[in-house]
Amino acid sequence: MSQKITIEPVTRVEGHGKVTIHLDDNNNVSESRFHIVEFRGFERFVQGRPYWEAPVLVQRLCGICPVSHHLAAAKAIDVLVGAGTGEGLTPTGEKMRRLMHYGQIFQSHALHFFHLVSPDLLFGIDADPAIRNVIGVALKHKDLAVQGVMMRKFGQEIIRATAGKKIHGTGAIPGGINKHLSPEDKEAFLNGPDPMNITKMLAWSQGVLEFFKDYYQKNQSFIDGFASFPSNHLSLVRKDGAMDLYHGVLRAVDSEGNKILDDVDYQDYEQYIEEEVRSWSYMKFPYLKSLGKEKGWYRVGPLARLNTCDFIPSPLAQAEFEQYKAVTNGKPNNHCLHYHYARLIELLHSAEMIEELLNDPDLMEGELVIKGTKVNKGIGLLEAPRGTLFHHYEINDDDQLTKANLIVSTTNNNEPMNQSVNYVAHSWMDGKAEITEPMMNAVEVAIRAYDPCLSCATHALGQMPLEISLFDVNNQLIDQKRT
Amino acid sequence: MNKNKKLYFEIDGKACYAEDGQSVIDAAKANGVFIPSLCHVEGVKAAGSCRVCNVKINGRNMTACTTPVTDGMVVENDIPELNELRQAIIEVLFVSGNHFCPSCEKSGNCELQALAYRYQMLVPRFPYEFPIKGVDASSEHIFHDRNRCIMCKRCIRTVTKDGKNVFAFNGRGGEHLHVVMDEKLASQLTEEEAQEAMEICPVGAILKKEQGYLVPIGERKFDKLPIGSDIENK
Repeated sequence: MSQKITIEPVTRVEGHGKVTIHLDDNNNVSESRFHIVEFRGFERFVQGRPYWEAPVLVQRLCGICPVSHHLAAAKAIDVLVGAGTGEGLTPTGEKMRRLMHYGQIFQSHALHFFHLVSPDLLFGIDADPAIRNVIGVALKHKDLAVQGVMMRKFGQEIIRATAGKKIHGTGAIPGGINKHLSPEDKEAFLNGPDPMNITKMLAWSQGVLEFFKDYYQKNQSFIDGFASFPSNHLSLVRKDGAMDLYHGVLRAVDSEGNKILDDVDYQDYEQYIEEEVRSWSYMKFPYLKSLGKEKGWYRVGPLARLNTCDFIPSPLAQAEFEQYKAVTNGKPNNHCLHYHYARLIELLHSAEMIEELLNDPDLMEGELVIKGTKVNKGIGLLEAPRGTLFHHYEINDDDQLTKANLIVSTTNNNEPMNQSVNYVAHSWMDGKAEITEPMMNAVEVAIRAYDPCLSCATHALGQMPLEISLFDVNNQLIDQKRT
Repeated sequence: MNKNKKLYFEIDGKACYAEDGQSVIDAAKANGVFIPSLCHVEGVKAAGSCRVCNVKINGRNMTACTTPVTDGMVVENDIPELNELRQAIIEVLFVSGNHFCPSCEKSGNCELQALAYRYQMLVPRFPYEFPIKGVDASSEHIFHDRNRCIMCKRCIRTVTKDGKNVFAFNGRGGEHLHVVMDEKLASQLTEEEAQEAMEICPVGAILKKEQGYLVPIGERKFDKLPIGSDIENK
């Protein structure tokens, strides 16, 4: 008898989603879907508001990565006020924003690895859910848990020093930034008491990367084989091909590394990217126009960024990047769980960038804001922790927003997450008579690799648990488990 | 405290002195006592519209901005009964407008928000009205958000161009009554005058265009000390 399984809610991700899996008469998976069941409506209710409110208003989409929305919106508004497309700001304006952004990447990546992912790695996918959680990590691996908390705190402090508050600050304003870095903050970040200084953060970033590499060596076949499938990859890269998480040009590569897009000015993104709406999800499905809906979907985020960039412009992360690329012989990496590996290399890169910026005198003095001639359309992109983030605004002659289009990182990863769910459903559930908790967790492990933020993606409040429902051939609910 | 002033009065038992004709709120300020208000502007004829300055004068509730000091007057100000009343008035003002502090440019500089903090408002006891009074972005330098207006009449009484009022009441009663901006006059305001108009507004109803969040969090007017501290610490 065919069945439908629903995993709702999906846990240890941000936002609220569910998975449904249909089984046929032979208990083989016939269809699987990752549904996003939240609705936010930001794109609509910013309409009519003055454009300068956008960076502060729209960041309320999220409490985890508000800085990304704050800065992407600010970059779009920079274009609106004629302050350039990411390169026209004053050195102080751009570098303060970069420091804020790398603080955000650092805290978000630390949160994801330590709080959301480490329970699966430390205890195993099939461990008792009662211990396979962040409390279990804190009880059994206290040092690791403390590192996670302190690294996140450090990143949050960087955000406070640049944006004014740890969550939902106001630092980035049209055409620049509203403050310099204070000498007290600079001194504290560089030479603060152990462990709250950049030297320790660099050491811990290297430590956690070593931890993952050690785990990888011992579990290579699992890591390489889990939800591994070819895809396109998209991100911003610096003009010279370097990784740049704050600004650059669009580049997309296929699963073999052939460039699909290169050196594309993101002001023209609409020529290259389109979004598809499907009736069963509030999250859209973006794709590359040139390849069409079926083949044009792509991954974003750490895995994609390490596939699109040619090198990482910081020495420690570059050395790790070279080892990482060697795993796939220089070809794009299509292994789902390598997202974690790539994310930790970016964590290290962020720490290095923070150190470099903290020693830059431009943060302490110089002009904060520039102005130019206003235009009525502005697009801002950056590489948020979870991937490429698009903010697109248009205004009327009275300075009111008339249109907003946000393609957030998790939206870009919608189809890849569905593909991953499908892959895991087939490989773990096909032909099985009973759906067990570890099978459901395997589905979540695949989703978690992308570090999705479903709240952002639907532009929800609350937790993000996963529910799996099992339906028979007549679409009758047979079994339902919540994790 | 100037003991040469003519009139003697007391606020919460404190000996105070006032000029003849001086309002209770102005005299209190001169004597280092804070009486909250959202509509009062020193030097401008009192409107008595916000009611937040309610005090007990000789046992009777009066607005401190419209009542002149008389010799021997006994004023009660910082007492639980009045503070509770003020909290309720502030709550009414919050629910009758669309005061979304998280993204409001005036956050940190907003007197309504500052009073809500001072009088420890948590969740309003009244239902939100969600008014739809619209915004007017038609003038060159001012963005007028009527949904945030608390109808204190500060702008009506103080913002003028060539002797003409830029703002005025429109409509009669209830949801019909709101403040409107004369687009032509408002467009003649200089940037400095637009900035002054924004600052005279106790909330975020009048915003100067093309700027926002220029003052970092931590350096805004009420970030470090509660509203009224400047008067009390004088």
